[in-house]
Amino acid sequence: MKGMSIIVKKVTQLVSGLMFLYGIYIITHGHLTPGGGFAGGAILAGSFILLVLAFGSDLLKLKKREEGSSVVESLAIFAFLILGVMALFIGTHVFFKNYLPAGTVGNLISAGVIPLYNIFVGIEVGAALFTIFLALAIFKEEVLE
Amino acid sequence: MSTLVTLFVILPLATAFLIPVIGRVINGFQRTITALIFLFLSILSVYILINVNPHIYTYKIGGWEPVNGIPIAIYFVLDGLSTFMLVVINLIGAFAALYSIPYIKRFTAENNYYALLCLMVGGMNGVVLTGDLFNLYVFLEIAVIASYALVAFGVEREELEASFKYQILGGIASILILFGIGMLYWNTKSLNIADVSDILKNTENNKAYLVFTQVFLITGFGLKAALFPFHAWLPDAHSSAPAPVSTMLSGVLIKVVGIYSITRLFFNMFEISVEVSTIIIVLGVISMVFGVFLAVGQWDIKRLLAYHSNSQMGYVIIGLGMGMLILANNGSKPVAALSIFGGLFHLINHAVFKGLLFLNAGAIEFKTGTRNLKEMGGLSESMPLTYSTSLGASLAISGIPPFNGFFSKLIIILAAIKGHFYLLAFLAVLVSIITLASFMKFQKFSFFNKANLSPGRKINEVPFFMCFSMVALAILCLGLSLLIFPGVREIIIDPAVDVLMNTGSYFSAIME
Amino acid sequence: MTLYILCFTLFLVGIYGILTQRNMIKIIIGLSFMEFSVFLFLALIGYIEGGAAPILSKNFESGNFVDPLPQAMVLTAIVIALAANSMLLSMAVKLYRKYGTFDIRKISQLKG
Repeated sequence: MKGMSIIVKKVTQLVSGLMFLYGIYIITHGHLTPGGGFAGGAILAGSFILLVLAFGSDLLKLKKREEGSSVVESLAIFAFLILGVMALFIGTHVFFKNYLPAGTVGNLISAGVIPLYNIFVGIEVGAALFTIFLALAIFKEEVLE
Repeated sequence: MSTLVTLFVILPLATAFLIPVIGRVINGFQRTITALIFLFLSILSVYILINVNPHIYTYKIGGWEPVNGIPIAIYFVLDGLSTFMLVVINLIGAFAALYSIPYIKRFTAENNYYALLCLMVGGMNGVVLTGDLFNLYVFLEIAVIASYALVAFGVEREELEASFKYQILGGIASILILFGIGMLYWNTKSLNIADVSDILKNTENNKAYLVFTQVFLITGFGLKAALFPFHAWLPDAHSSAPAPVSTMLSGVLIKVVGIYSITRLFFNMFEISVEVSTIIIVLGVISMVFGVFLAVGQWDIKRLLAYHSNSQMGYVIIGLGMGMLILANNGSKPVAALSIFGGLFHLINHAVFKGLLFLNAGAIEFKTGTRNLKEMGGLSESMPLTYSTSLGASLAISGIPPFNGFFSKLIIILAAIKGHFYLLAFLAVLVSIITLASFMKFQKFSFFNKANLSPGRKINEVPFFMCFSMVALAILCLGLSLLIFPGVREIIIDPAVDVLMNTGSYFSAIME
Repeated sequence: MTLYILCFTLFLVGIYGILTQRNMIKIIIGLSFMEFSVFLFLALIGYIEGGAAPILSKNFESGNFVDPLPQAMVLTAIVIALAANSMLLSMAVKLYRKYGTFDIRKISQLKG
């Protein structure tokens, strides 16, 4: 995949960091405002995709990145499941029970495990969308060869 | 005890997520863990079936108790029918996983294969356990999307084409199901199956609206179950997939996402009506008759078997549909029970012998490299185990006495005669005879004819694990005949029949 | 009511696209149309005239909320549709690589 012009590259450099931060904001405030893991994860993936599109990449590099992101994806969703399973061992032993104290409504650290779930869902969705993008890009490169 | 229920979903999913990570580092992890997990789950499900059957367990995920009698949590419900289906899924899954160990070695992406297999089994376990409409949709999609990928696993022309067709039709089916669930939620403001059934029973309903919803749901699940007018994807998808996947698709997936869902929703959620049961019977008869006629002309082994799946599913649907019709007409209860028993009995039998036949076809393809009946022959000497097991399975599917297929077909035909459905009984006998003819052709051309293969190619028996799965399933083919006897029948199938017979019991057991 | 009818029209547009188009990508677009019409329908059934967004905040006043459950359902269904669609698209690309065309009439090895 070829890179784009210098203007696009420069703007991407400026914007992608902000996008990444915004994604993290959306994920961490998922239990307070609209958004949450999925929306924030999509934004995270967007910032990575923008970088790859602007700067271009060759097939080998794409494949390497895809491997990395798919490992991250598997680990994140596994951590999500572990969080759910942990509820089987704590307190009333019910799958997916919210076992942390709820806190007060409106604080950033409140709502028990839900922010943790949101974080892992965010990582999972970001990595998954990025993997899908990379896979399609790899297919395209292979077709063009 | 109730914690064990969640294991059926947790373990396969956790394995599926671990395999892409650990399987990279440790070679062999993926094969071993998948087979072990499935074996453990099948032992667990058999244990539950034998020990704790008459009760209904409900499990509220997240521990949310109902407020003012309105359920909030997603419910997992373990009743007779769910347990029965769990046994079928995990048993066939375990044998398919064992069979995969030598079979999948020749493909490259082993990790992906086992991860997808685990996802598929986890999704199907979720489908049979859940008591929530939307959760049913989610698990169904997990299982079905994994199966799309598995069908295309060979990444050759045929596989990709079959998978594309399957995905388009499966996608339409999912949309129709989601639309039906949305319609139900619109009316009842609840997603819990038991709660919805209560609300539908106790409130005035617009009849046209209900029929509209039911049509959408029947079409959606019928597409997934490949009933006849919606069957176009089945022969392609089932014949293109790798053999263990065909076993899972034909033996389990169409039953779980299609027939189990139809049964659960139309027996336990909607009120039983004459119209719906007539539609179900008609669909069943059409797929039974046309499936077998299409199968006779096939020369591709797996395609022949796939059309037979279509036809044999017709028997299951007819058994269940007749029971529903008799119940709706307030006919005699024993006949309805017999009919439903026949349907469920044929369901487990079909899972076993069709799974075995696909494994045999895979073994033949593994050694000869072809699926065309005209290009093989004389295999009975070089592959004795494959030959003997496939003979057993062929006799079972065509309904020859000592094997299980005979008894279930006999019961369905008996129930049809007792319920005065003489045409159905006649058609069932006729289809059985044509099935026998078709399988005689399969046996003759693959095992008995003069060897047609290119000379110099040495054919011998397949590796140990493939033989092991085939022999175990062949023993099951004989052993399941025991289910006809009173003592065994009461433990294994009768609880499932009871759930379907007392249609209101599902609600009362869950909500009280 | 108009909204529901428009929603159903979108559904029919999707079916029309799937049934008449010969290009794989266009078929996938038709499928997405159907999906999105159903999502729209789900979001519509949770809507209440004048309802507020269902978020519990500090200065929370009692009043009508729109039903949050269909919204959660739509989000889940969107994720599922994302997976299914990306799968379909990758199949389409792979098929293009094998056959050199997107025309489904030319991709027909499986018959009978």
